[in-house]
Formats: sequence, C-alpha cells, structure tokens
Amino acid sequence: MSSSSAFNDDKGGSSSIGEPEYGHDPASGGIFSSDYKRHDDLKEMLDSNKDSLKLEAMKRIVAMIARGKNASDLFPAVVKNVACKNIEVKKLVYVYLVRYAEEQQDLALLSISTFQRGLKDPNQLIRASALRVLSSIRVTIIVPIMMLAIREAASDMSPYVRKTAAHAIPKLYSLDPDQKDQLIEVIEKLLADKTTLVAGSVVMAFEEVCPERIDLIHKNYRKLCNLLIDVEEWGQVVIINMLTRYARTQFLNPNANESLLEEGTEKAFYGSDEDEGKEEKVEAAALVAKRKPYVMDPDHRLLLRNTKPLLQSRNAAVVMAVAQLYFHLAPKAEVGVIAKALVRLMRSHSEVQYVVLQNVATMSIKRRGMFEPYLKSFYIRSTDPTQIKVLKLEVLTNLANETNISTILREFQTYIKSMDKDFVAATIQAIGRCATSIGEVRDTCLNGLVQLLSNRDELVVAESVVVIKKLLQMQPERHSDIIKHMAKLTDNIQVPMARASILWLIGEYCEHIPKIAPDVLRKMAKSFTNEEDIVKLQVLNLAAKLYLTNSKQTKLLTQYVLNLAKYDQNYDIRDRARFIRQLIVPTDKSGALSKYAKKLFLALKPAPVLESPFKDRDHFQLGSLSHLLNAKAGGYQELPDWPEVAPDPSVRNVEVPEWTKCSSREKRKEKKVEKPFYSDSEGESGPTESADSDSDTGSGTGSGSEESGSESGSEESEGESESDKEEEEEKHKRKSKSRAKKSTQESEGSEPSSEDERKKPPKGKGPKAASDSESEEEEEEEESSSESSESESEGESESDTDTRMKQKTCASKPPPRQPKKETEMSLLDLDDFEPTPSPQVTPVNNFVSSSLVTDLEGLSLSDSALSPAAVSPASGPVKSYELLHRITGEGLSVSYCFSRQPFSHDPHMVSVQMQFTNNGDTEARNLRIQEPKLQSGMRIAEFPEIDVLPPGETVTMVMGIDFSDSTQAANFQLCTHTRKFFLTIQPPVGELMMPVFMTENEFKKEQGQLTGMNEITEKLTLGETCQGDAAIVQRVTSTASLSRVPCGSEMECRFAGKTVTSGSLVLVTIVTREQLVAQLTVNCEKMLIGTMLVKDILQALSQ
Amino acid sequence: MIHSLFLINSAGDIFLEKHWKSVISRSVCDYFFEAQEKASTPENVPPVISTPHHYLINIYRDKIFFVSVIQTEVPPLFVIEFLHRVAEMFQDYFGECSEASIKDNVVIVYELLEEMLDNGFPLATESNILKELIKPPTVLRSVVNTITGSTNVGETLPTGQLSTVPWRRTGVKYTNNEAYFDVVEEIDAIIDKSGTTVIAEIQGVIDACVKLSGMPDLTLSFVNPRLMDDLSFHPCVRFKRWEAERVLSFIPPDGNFRLVSYHVNAQNLVAIPVYVKQNISFFESGFSGRLDITVEPKQTMGKIVEGVVVTVHMPKVVLSANLTPTQGTYNYDPVTKVLAWDIGKLNQQKPPNLKGSLSLQSGAPKPEENPSLNIDLKIQQLAISGLKVNRLDMFGEKYKPFKGVKYLTKAGKFQVRT
Repeated sequence: MSSSSAFNDDKGGSSSIGEPEYGHDPASGGIFSSDYKRHDDLKEMLDSNKDSLKLEAMKRIVAMIARGKNASDLFPAVVKNVACKNIEVKKLVYVYLVRYAEEQQDLALLSISTFQRGLKDPNQLIRASALRVLSSIRVTIIVPIMMLAIREAASDMSPYVRKTAAHAIPKLYSLDPDQKDQLIEVIEKLLADKTTLVAGSVVMAFEEVCPERIDLIHKNYRKLCNLLIDVEEWGQVVIINMLTRYARTQFLNPNANESLLEEGTEKAFYGSDEDEGKEEKVEAAALVAKRKPYVMDPDHRLLLRNTKPLLQSRNAAVVMAVAQLYFHLAPKAEVGVIAKALVRLMRSHSEVQYVVLQNVATMSIKRRGMFEPYLKSFYIRSTDPTQIKVLKLEVLTNLANETNISTILREFQTYIKSMDKDFVAATIQAIGRCATSIGEVRDTCLNGLVQLLSNRDELVVAESVVVIKKLLQMQPERHSDIIKHMAKLTDNIQVPMARASILWLIGEYCEHIPKIAPDVLRKMAKSFTNEEDIVKLQVLNLAAKLYLTNSKQTKLLTQYVLNLAKYDQNYDIRDRARFIRQLIVPTDKSGALSKYAKKLFLALKPAPVLESPFKDRDHFQLGSLSHLLNAKAGGYQELPDWPEVAPDPSVRNVEVPEWTKCSSREKRKEKKVEKPFYSDSEGESGPTESADSDSDTGSGTGSGSEESGSESGSEESEGESESDKEEEEEKHKRKSKSRAKKSTQESEGSEPSSEDERKKPPKGKGPKAASDSESEEEEEEEESSSESSESESEGESESDTDTRMKQKTCASKPPPRQPKKETEMSLLDLDDFEPTPSPQVTPVNNFVSSSLVTDLEGLSLSDSALSPAAVSPASGPVKSYELLHRITGEGLSVSYCFSRQPFSHDPHMVSVQMQFTNNGDTEARNLRIQEPKLQSGMRIAEFPEIDVLPPGETVTMVMGIDFSDSTQAANFQLCTHTRKFFLTIQPPVGELMMPVFMTENEFKKEQGQLTGMNEITEKLTLGETCQGDAAIVQRVTSTASLSRVPCGSEMECRFAGKTVTSGSLVLVTIVTREQLVAQLTVNCEKMLIGTMLVKDILQALSQ
Repeated sequence: MIHSLFLINSAGDIFLEKHWKSVISRSVCDYFFEAQEKASTPENVPPVISTPHHYLINIYRDKIFFVSVIQTEVPPLFVIEFLHRVAEMFQDYFGECSEASIKDNVVIVYELLEEMLDNGFPLATESNILKELIKPPTVLRSVVNTITGSTNVGETLPTGQLSTVPWRRTGVKYTNNEAYFDVVEEIDAIIDKSGTTVIAEIQGVIDACVKLSGMPDLTLSFVNPRLMDDLSFHPCVRFKRWEAERVLSFIPPDGNFRLVSYHVNAQNLVAIPVYVKQNISFFESGFSGRLDITVEPKQTMGKIVEGVVVTVHMPKVVLSANLTPTQGTYNYDPVTKVLAWDIGKLNQQKPPNLKGSLSLQSGAPKPEENPSLNIDLKIQQLAISGLKVNRLDMFGEKYKPFKGVKYLTKAGKFQVRT
C-alpha cells in the first residue's frame, strides 16, 4: 500500500469539502481494527442528503471493492441510494449491488422495484442499465422477474436494450438452467433481429445456452453471413466460430476427394453458383458414371467470401477466427490466403505471437506449402522470449524440406551459439527432426551434432547425445566411429539422460565396437553405485547384451553388476536385475525363455520417429483454448466431422425476404463509394454464385442474395426482375437463333442501367469455350444452329439466366420434386456446362471443360479478391511443338504444347502438356526428367515417371515450368532406361501469361497506371485475312494467352492477362482505324515482355 | 467469457480486482505466481495457464500483469486482444498505463471495466463511446464537478452506440480544424556476421490525429499505394474502396487513432540505413575480451540518421567494460549485462566508433557465443519504403482543415549477429 496516499489524490479535490480526516489513508489500516468506526462515517455520508457526500462515500467504497476489501456490512446503507438522482452515485451503487447482492439476498430484494421502474424509463440507457443490473444480481428468487424483463426487453424498440437483453440471457441461464426452454425462445426471437448491434451478443447467448440447437441458425445463416462485416469485432469472433461449426454440419467436405482435388476445387467454384449443384449432381451421376464431382454449396461459398475481408481486421482475434474458418472449411487451394494475415499477427504483442505461433505450428504440419514463402518471418531474434523462440523453431522445422533445408540448417547454426541454453537444446532437437525427415541431410546433421559433443556446455552435449542416439539407430553400421567417439564421452558427461543414451547405444551396437564395449562396462561397473537410476538400468542392459554376444570377456563383469543391482535401493532396478539374470544366465531351472534371450535383447528396434508435438492437434478447432492446451476445456464444442451427404440446403431459405434494406452502415458505404467498384466486384461472380444475383440490385455488399434467389416475388429488386425479363427474352432468342452481334447489342440494350450487367458477357466465355470445345470462334458463329455452340452473347446471357433459373427452381422446391418442364430446361442448359455427354467429344475436351470450370473459379474468386482474377484460357488452336524427333529419339518422339491450363500444383508455373509416342519396336521404360539446367529463378515441376511405354503407344503428361517471366529456355534431360536426351523448351512470350478477367473500367484504370515506359504503341496494317473483330480476337488469343475484355466500341479490341510468375498485368488494345490500318498498344510492367509481345502480335495480325 | 480480472504489479501485489460474474477468490492467482516464478523473465510467463478449475490468460504490459480468469472455452486471442484493449484504454484516459495512474483513478477504472464488459462479454470498447459515458479526468473538471455537483458520467446513451459509425460521436466541434497523419515505418532486420542481410522487412503504420468538426469524410491517397502489401485497417476504413482504388476512405474517429498498419511488399529491396562493422572477441588467457564497433551511415536517402543506440546483451561472464567511444556515451550495466552505447546523430564523415577491452570473470571458460547487437535509430522526414501520401481530401463539411503529414523511419527489431 505504499502508494495508497496517491490513491486518494483524485478525490483530493472533492474531499476537501468533506471531512478532511478521511482524506488520507482510508483503507490501508487493518479492516478489523479501525474499520468499524470508519464504516460508520461512510454510512453517515451515505445517509446525508448531499449528493457530493454520497458520491464521495461511494467512490471510497468502490475503491475498497477494487482492492478486494470487504465492504459488505455497508449493504443496507448503500442499497438505500439505489434510486438516487445523481447518475454517478447510482452507477456506483449498481457496482456495489452486483458485487454483494449474492451475499445479502434479502436486502438486495429491496432494490428490485427500482429496477422494475427503470425498465420502463423513456431513456434507453436507463432501461438498458436497469436490465443489466437486474440480470446481474444473482438471486434465485427474482428469476421470474428477470425472465419477464428479458422477454420484454427482447422486443424493445432500442437495439441497445435488445443487445442488453441478449447479454442477460446467459446470466439467467447460469442462475437457473431450468429456464432453458423459455430462454431459447427469446434467443430465437433475437436471432431474427436484423441489427448488427444485437447479432454478436445473441450468438454469444446461443453459444452459452444452446449450442446444440443448430437448427435455430438455418434461417438466420445468410443474414449472419451478410451482416458479419458490420458487426462489432468481438461479435465477429463469436459468430465466425459458431458458423465454422455450423458449416461443418451442413456442407460437404470440399477436400473430400483428394484425387479429384484439382478438378474438385475448380468444380467447387463452378458449382458454387447455384443450388443446381445438387440436381446437377444427380443427373451427372447418371451421365458420368461414378464420378461425383464435388459441388460447393452456395451458402458455403457465401461464408468463405464474406469472411475473407475480415482477414484485414486490426483485431487479432478476428483474424485468427477467419484463419481457422478457412483452415477448417475452405478448399485446399484457397486456404493459402490466411498465411499472410497470420504472419502479420506475428508482429503484434508477444502474447498474440505465442498463440498465433501455436496455431501456425499445427497448420504448418498439414499445409506446409502455405507458409513456405514466409519462412524468413519465422527466423529467430536473440531478443525473442524463449517460449516464442521454441515455437518459431517448431514452425521452421515443420517447414523444412529438401529445397530449403540448407538455409534452415544455416540458421540453426547461429541458434546453437545462443546464450539461451534451453533454446539451444530445442534447436538440437529440431536438427534431429530435420535429419530424420530429410534423408539427404542426415549425415550433415549428424556430423554437426558430433561436433557439438565437444561443446563446453553440458546441456548442449547431453541434448546432442540424445539426438545422435536416435539418428544412429537409423543406420548404425556406417557410424561405428561416432559410436566410439561417444563411448569416450562416458568419462566426461554427467547428465544422466546422456549417459544412459550412450550406454544404450553401445549395448545395442556392441558388435560394431567389440573392443571398446567391454571396457565401458568395466568402467560403469566401477561407478555403478553412484549412478542415477536411469543410468543403472542402461548399465544392466549393456551388461546383458554383452553377455549374450561376448560372454567370454564379460561374464564376470555382468555377474558383478547384477549382484550390485540385486541390492539396489530402487526396486525397478532390482526387478530388472532379477529378470535379466533369469533370462541370460543358464541354470538348470531356467525356462524356455532363455533360449530366446538373444532374440529378446538384440532384436532390431525400429528407429524412433521424431514427431512434432503439434501433430494431429487440428482435431481441436484452431484458435480455441482447447487447441492451445491440447486438452478439452470446459464448454468446448467439438468440431463435427463433415457429413457424408449434405443435409437439405433449402432449410436456409427464408420465406419472407427480410433483406429489403441493407444495414445502414452498408448504405453509408454504398453512398460514398462510386457504384462501379461495388457492382464490379460483386457482379463479377454474378452467374457463378447465387449470392450475386442480388448484386444487380445495387446493394453494394452482395447482401441478401439468397432471398432474391428464393421465390419471393414482391421484394425482388429491379435486378432480379430484370433478369427475369432477360430470361424470357433469352428463350425468345433461342428460338429465333439470332446472329451473334445483334444479340449482343440486344442483350446489352436490355440491361442498360447496371454496370455489372455489362460485366457479365465475359463470363459467358467459359460456357462457350466448353460448349464448342476446341472449335474456333469463326466456326462457332457459323455453327450457331447447333444448340451447344451458341453465338457469343447468347452463350453469355444464357448461362447467366440458366444459372439464375436453376437457382430459382431449386430454391423454390427441393430438387427431386421439380416440375418436369423445368428439369428439361436445365438439362438442356446443362449440356452447355457439362462437356462429357455432348456429342463432340474430343481428346482435349476434358481440358476445355475443366477450363470452363476454372473460368468460373476465377470469377467467384475475383469477387472476393476484387483483383482481376485469372480467367481460363480462351479457346483457340493449341500449337504443338516438337521436342524430340523420332529419329534422334531412337523411336521415341515427344511433342509438347502449352495447354494454357493453370498448373495445378503451382499457380506460378506454365503447364506444358507433353505427348510421348513410342514409334520404335521395343518398349521404353522409366521415362523421366533429370538434371534440369535452369536459369536462376526458373523451376520445373516434373511429371511423374512413366514406367513403361509400349511400342506404338502414346502417353500424355503435364509438367509445370516456372519460366520466371522470361523467354529463356528451360533445359533438361529426358531419360529412358537406356538413353538420355538433352531437350529444351523455349516458350513463346504469349505463353508466359494467363488470361485475366476485367471490366472495361478496370482495364482503363489499370492502363492508366501503366503508362510511359510501360506502354508500347505500334501502327500496323492488318493482313488480308485478318479483318473483322472475330479474326483479330482469334489471332491475338492464339498468339498469347489473354482474355478479351468486353468493350462498347466495335473499333476496339482489348485483351488482358497477367504474367504467370509475377502476376504483372499485360494489357493489349487494338484499335482499328480504317480498312486495314490499326494501332496496337501493349501495357505491361515488364517492358521486355511487352516488347516481345508487340512483336508477336504484330506478326500474327499482319499475316 | 471473462470471469474476473486481476491486476498484479511486478512485486506480485494484486492491486485491483474486478469480477463480472460471481466472485472468484484471489487465491487463484497463486497458480499464476507459480508460473511466474518458473519463468526467467516476465515475457516468458506462459500467456495461458491451466489450473484445476479455471484458466488464467494473462498479458504483461507496462510492468503490469493483467490476469484474467476464464472458466470455459473461449478463443485465447479474444481475451488477449481484449486485455490489450483495456490497457490501451487506460493509456488513453490517464496518459499512461501504470500502477500509480490506475490507483489514482481507481473509480474511473472500475467504471470503465464495468462498461467494457457485461457478464464477461465485451460491451463497449470504442474509446469514443466510453468517453461519452465516462469522461476522462482533468483537473478542471474535478474542480467544476465539486462546485456544481455535476458528474463524470454521461446520462444518455452515447450516440456512437447506435450509429453506423460507432467510432465517432456526433456534434464534435473544434475552432481549429486539423488533421495530422504520421507515417511511421520500422525496419525489422537481421544482419549476419559478414554484413549480409538475412532478412529485412518494413512494417509501417499510419497514425492519425484528427480534430475535425462535424462528420468529415476523408480520403487519403498515395503516390505509390502498391507498396503497401498486407494491411490491417481501423474499422472506419472502407475496405472495398481500398481494394478497388487503393485509396483510404473513411469517416475518422475523433482524436488519436491508428488508421492502418501495413507491411511493405516483400519484393521491394529494403534499404538498410546503417552499416555496422563489429568485432567482439574473447580470449582464454587473461580473461579479457576486445570490442570494436563502428556504425556507418549507408542508404539514408540523404537524410540524417539520428537517435542511434547500440545495445549489446553480453554473456554472463563479462564483468566490466573499459571502452572509448569517439562519439556519444556508453554504459555497461554489470547486473543485467547490457552494454548500451548512445551515439546520437550519425556523422557521415567520421563514423562513430566504440573500442576497448572487456574483462571477464576469472576462472570461467571464455564464452562461446558472441552477443548480437540491437540497433535503434531514427530518420526524420523519411519513409524508408518510399511511400508518399499524395493528398488528403475532405468531403461532407464546408470548412478548410489544416492538414499535415509527417514521415518517420525507425529501427524495429534490428539485429546484427556477430
């Protein structure tokens, strides 16, 4: 209480009019001695009618409470003031009341009527605080009153009071669990509340009272997802955690089918657009036998999309909550986004770091690739607290692989010199783990550890011995000299664990060191009585093993040791001695077992697996207390396993669309922000996601999408009805089979107002690409009679409406009971989507179909990422290049083409499709790639080895090359079982990029930022055959992997893409001036690429 | 959620306790003290401690342990983040978060804690809302209150609580309307023995002090926004606008706040403003060592590097240091084994040097490890990443505010290994 005088200073000013004798040192004296008197004075002050005196008294009482002093005897005096006019006095009385009411229940009842009056007060703050205090008084007698008050407050006009009601629910529940049913009713009512203020608190109440009633969430699921971004941060955490659990019960595992992973995730996006997923699945199952493509529920997608921006929150708890949601719910390909945010959290307070690192450690085991780019962020500084160092070390070890191990080991070397010995010990362990998991560095590690044996610090040596022991167990024969070296250490090392490890090693491998082992035993026998128990046990083991292998030399020694052990104080050791004696020393009584003694003692022991302590911790929900402790904490809700079959998604449909208005904050945002950006971002995913159909309505946040999908006609906003119109129009068009251009204009005319509608056309590209497989665009137009190859705009808008229609149908009724006509419709449309049953099946078909899928993937991603997303390659003929001629290849010929598919394992790689044909008459075996000679920065992902290629057969493989945005060739060797061929792949510049989807506005904006040096303009004369829009598009897209950007003018063609490695944008504009004169503009951050691209396009166009 | 909170000073006294549900005896803190004893430093106390009936989640800040008691599952970060928010609120209210200031204002602290949590769940954590409910103490106000009998406690619901901009109260009025932004960047780096950079990153924050009347809507744009790679925003920043246009658009809270914190794109090379030549060696014979450190300015973009301090955590066996600095002063604390050399401004022509001998404990083996150097420095008027604010626009209000942007570069965790 040294500073207790200072303590009172704040009241110094006011207390000067009060009694000065209280001014100092009020509570520091013994409570029991002088307290009574002082409390009398306090009572006097409380009884006075001067507010200032009351306030002063209350302040001092609260100060006593704060320091944990007992002030309960003042209860009667204080409770009288509960109705005091002075609001500060009143508040302090509340504080007192809440603290002591439980102890003085009878007296506390005196105050209840005041609160009941307060509940009717016109001032919402007073209503709320009355409810707060009333519900905080833990007196069972007033439970009915509380219940009533909560019910009333739950329908209060003020959202703040409703929020308080939500807070009161768990309080009442903990006081009287019998009220559960009634409370659930209130929770249900409040869950339906549309204000962000209430959402977090009521979900909190839900979690505490009835977390098992997941059914209450169904109807509010979409609303919660959409409100999420505007809820206060604490509520966000609670809601996200709850929704994670909810999603686990309602949706299918996006990563269920590992083998189909690549397609699976792509399909996910594809399917994410509509509930049609389900029905499609049924039909697809019939059509595509046995291959069940995973289709992500649109609600699942909605959750992922709406939580993603929260990764940018300043609140670490929110970021962590989103991270765990993505970890548990997102398709593998998408989880990566959380790494950056988590790494950012590591710059926060050390406690935050501690928790985040624990979670990263768990994640890095499952998804190592995710954190690999951030390896260096886990490097350790000497100023980090030890517990942080150890965790970082854990992460570094988890991230170690063949490519980065040398860097990591170099880092470890500095750590070993640290002054923090606990940390050094942990580093040695880490080295051991690296050595076991990565074979290549085992010897290096072992050598390093052996050097540490001469370290002066005993702890370091001991730890090294333990780790070396484990390593040696993996390949003892090769390391007898290390074992010898360690045998010598027994003279010096005193740490029991280390001594024990050495002895065990010597015993286990005594055959490798036949001369030294008996000598060690001799020495140990001498010092046996002074050893620690753990060492003694190992001495016994050593003796037994030596006796079995080399009984001549060690018989007497062993007997001696066994005798010593027989009289040891520790019964474990006595037991062991007895057991060993019976087993190894042959006597007439010795049983059948002794025959097997050698087998028992000298059996080959499996090498230990050094595992991370964080392995399998992810069965706890990440970010939870239970995960951190690796033990179930009270009230922890298990994260359920994914269901085999998804429950009926229609339960989330809301009958009456309550989404007539977005929350006011959204409105505010909307107002401020120019529309295009919003609608752009939302609209991009328009057709792919049910949620987005709503974005047409212009509500910037994509909110309430579901409702627009549901049958509710009345509340539908323009966008929806417009799309209905459009839909009909579309049907019309289909009949009349209008020509491409015309319909483009038409459809554009029909949806003039909203920006985002205009964005849709490119989306249609996907379906188109799929529908006409690899047919070229000109053909396509001529072919427009066939259902599958619709003219461009039709394809677009159709897919659009299709999705919408299907979504409608299935939103309104569960799939099986669909009216027949509708089903037919969607079946027809399905043909557009589903390539397999379509008549023109071609070898490349699969590719293209999946490209459609990626198309849509790009779209749905782009919506949340908002950055121009990659869109799959435009269709066009795929040029094939010869890699190995059959003459030079002695019968083996190889050709390759750039398939323009995103390379599934690494988005920064260009995928190269290679076709191997064996023209010879003997089979070629073990086709594989060896010793790539690459320029710096380039990488190759080899294709899996082809075991056998019989004569006459052809095999297609895909490999990935990261050209690191240069047209430098990648050199490598192709090996067969007999020969090696030196091969080279040099990419045309156009293949170094991938298409990006953009709107005209985005395009212009991006272009505006890439001027000056980054812009190259050339005039050109178009070739004879190269006239008209379509021809130009075709030429450009076949030259470079770009996608077309929709634009209003007929004279202009725009294309966008980004380089595969660095993601720099590549923008191409072609403006046709007169008949044959045109101007080409290329904007690209990478000037070299820009220049080369200009050259290539010029050539293509002027032919 | 959060059951109780105990504030404990470094001497181990519990000087404040607050319970949001039923009272938990302060003896629960014994488990904490046990853990504290085991840990070598306050930073090494595990943030989460499990006891038979409760869980203790604690933070250590400004020499105070904030120990919260939890009974059931709750995300640990939730509690940790909240506790830090409490500490920040104290800082905001009392100018510092210290035992003395908390004790001086114990009633306000109690009122604050009461408002911030209801039944253990956060209720109001926005400084603007709290300040309307409970006014921060000022000398003037306490005098006025005594005379007029008015109170420190607001009688109506803070406007922010219900508004869509909870971080800003309505009816703000200033005679001088001003908005200041500080762009502060920190260089986190590890330099290895040979002077090569092992890792270097730039973290930045933009702190704002906005005193504008009414409901201004600000737009802050940058010359090179793409430098900022990974950002976290104050809730007032419109996320979509940033994603689309790379401008920060927001209705600011009133007063001081952190607008964004960011990380500079890893692809950009980080300019290391100083070059440190060092040689620390220990000799077996004579129980001594030598130390020679020179700090030279390197890539400073023409600015002056100032406030340079080199801190070295010496091995335990180093008893004393006998050094000569060519500039600044040095101090060796034989208890904590910390050598601090305060250089001040870096001189381009004559790089400061610290040289001399160290004496070691006799009989002890020479230390194997070399201590690493921690560098602290400041560069005014420079954001080392090159980030530049383009302009600040205000909408929604008529007056002309006074605007200012300040740049500062600091060393963050800047370490030179030896």
